[in-house]
Amino acid sequence: MEKLKLHQIVVQTKEKTILQVDEISFPTRNIFGIVGPSGAGKSTLLRVMNLLIKPSQGTIDFFGKNIDLPSLSYLKAIPIQRQMAYVPQKSVMFDTNVYENVAIGLRFHGIPKQEIDRRVRVALEQVGLIDYADRKATTLSGGESQRIALARSLVLRPKLLLLDEPTSNLDPINVSIFEQVIYNIYQQTEMTVIMVTHNLLQAKRLASQCLFIHQGQLLEMADTESFFEQPQTKELAAFLSGQMIY
Amino acid sequence: MNLNLSFNDNVLSVILLSLEISTTAIIIGILIGIPIGALLALTRFPGKRWIVALVYTCMGLPPVLIGVIIYLMLSRYGPLGSLEWLFSPQAMMMAQSILVTPIILGLTMSAVQAKEKLYTEALKSLGATPWQAAWTIIKEARKGIFAGLGTAFGRAISEVGAVMLVGGNIEGHTRVMTTAIILETRMGNYPTALTIGFVLLAISFILNSFLVMGIIGNLREERNYW
Repeated sequence: MEKLKLHQIVVQTKEKTILQVDEISFPTRNIFGIVGPSGAGKSTLLRVMNLLIKPSQGTIDFFGKNIDLPSLSYLKAIPIQRQMAYVPQKSVMFDTNVYENVAIGLRFHGIPKQEIDRRVRVALEQVGLIDYADRKATTLSGGESQRIALARSLVLRPKLLLLDEPTSNLDPINVSIFEQVIYNIYQQTEMTVIMVTHNLLQAKRLASQCLFIHQGQLLEMADTESFFEQPQTKELAAFLSGQMIY
Repeated sequence: MNLNLSFNDNVLSVILLSLEISTTAIIIGILIGIPIGALLALTRFPGKRWIVALVYTCMGLPPVLIGVIIYLMLSRYGPLGSLEWLFSPQAMMMAQSILVTPIILGLTMSAVQAKEKLYTEALKSLGATPWQAAWTIIKEARKGIFAGLGTAFGRAISEVGAVMLVGGNIEGHTRVMTTAIILETRMGNYPTALTIGFVLLAISFILNSFLVMGIIGNLREERNYW
């Protein structure tokens, strides 16, 4: 089985350590949900995986390729970044039409024009916004923008899809569409999905395994059912029961 | 006072020369200002803050001071005296270029910097190379850059001190709208001075209308965004 593994990741500022993870192994072709209180380091973990943050130490075993993260340069990161995609909490739209917003990554990757057209139309169909292709992307609502950002990621056919609270600002209908698209894609492709979410029900609905991060450390990782039914740490038990934990 | 506005061949040639000089200055400003402004916005290096401070200072250069410096440089015994540009349109283009280049550079830098903060992470996560990311950010900053060009053109075409000093206001040779207005007013030819003044105003109005329409349109779109 292909590997996706993080080793000895440390992200720190002058004042404190934001993330310290000894080892996380993600069995591929799964949907993972990362939960934890605000400021726990969940988004930082995702950004480290997307090579957007350089940790002070750590390696990632990315589908058979071992990468030393602190020494990775911008140029050397590009071929790895092109195998993954990232949807942040609030996606930026480029000042052009919806079609071009979805196609932009493919143009960076040098994909032929016809193939770009095919993939963009399929992705817009998937997110239910094919009629919006010619609309100016900066006029879209928050929910529509997030769906376009998802389409922009899906056209890249990434091995790894990273989602950072992608539905936190969305209404229930858009959340439902978003989740359905993720689930369908996961079923149809060999994609591994890692999703940070504050919505425990969403993690329950989508993820096959869940991780609990607290104070920059991975405290628990288990199958979704046992994660929610039999938490092994008192912190997770408190978090699941709705208590404030810091 | 007779306000019967007069519009003759002389006025037309003054207007055309003004447009030619200011447009040339803007083109020179674009060629220098946009690449350097974008480069400054997109790169980090030691001492950058001093260069940025210098650029912003130069955006407010006093035109008369520029006029005097260029006058001295182009004078017979100045370092550029051999060009024999003093009291020529070239000298006026040179003066205006020096005035508008920091404006274009500084406003390009601000516009690109604002977009750089917004888009860099998204572009990186989409696998853009540094060149692809830089080009996309510059394209995204185009409205701010155009606004800068409008500001620079307004400054160039309405400028009087520097062009008067280095051009000399020679009829049919270096007389432009602003220097002509001063001359006609001093001679008591108020209708001609007013005609040229209104043309200057009209040029500014047309140019700024396009810019304002673009900027307001953009603001409306931004408001609809979330």
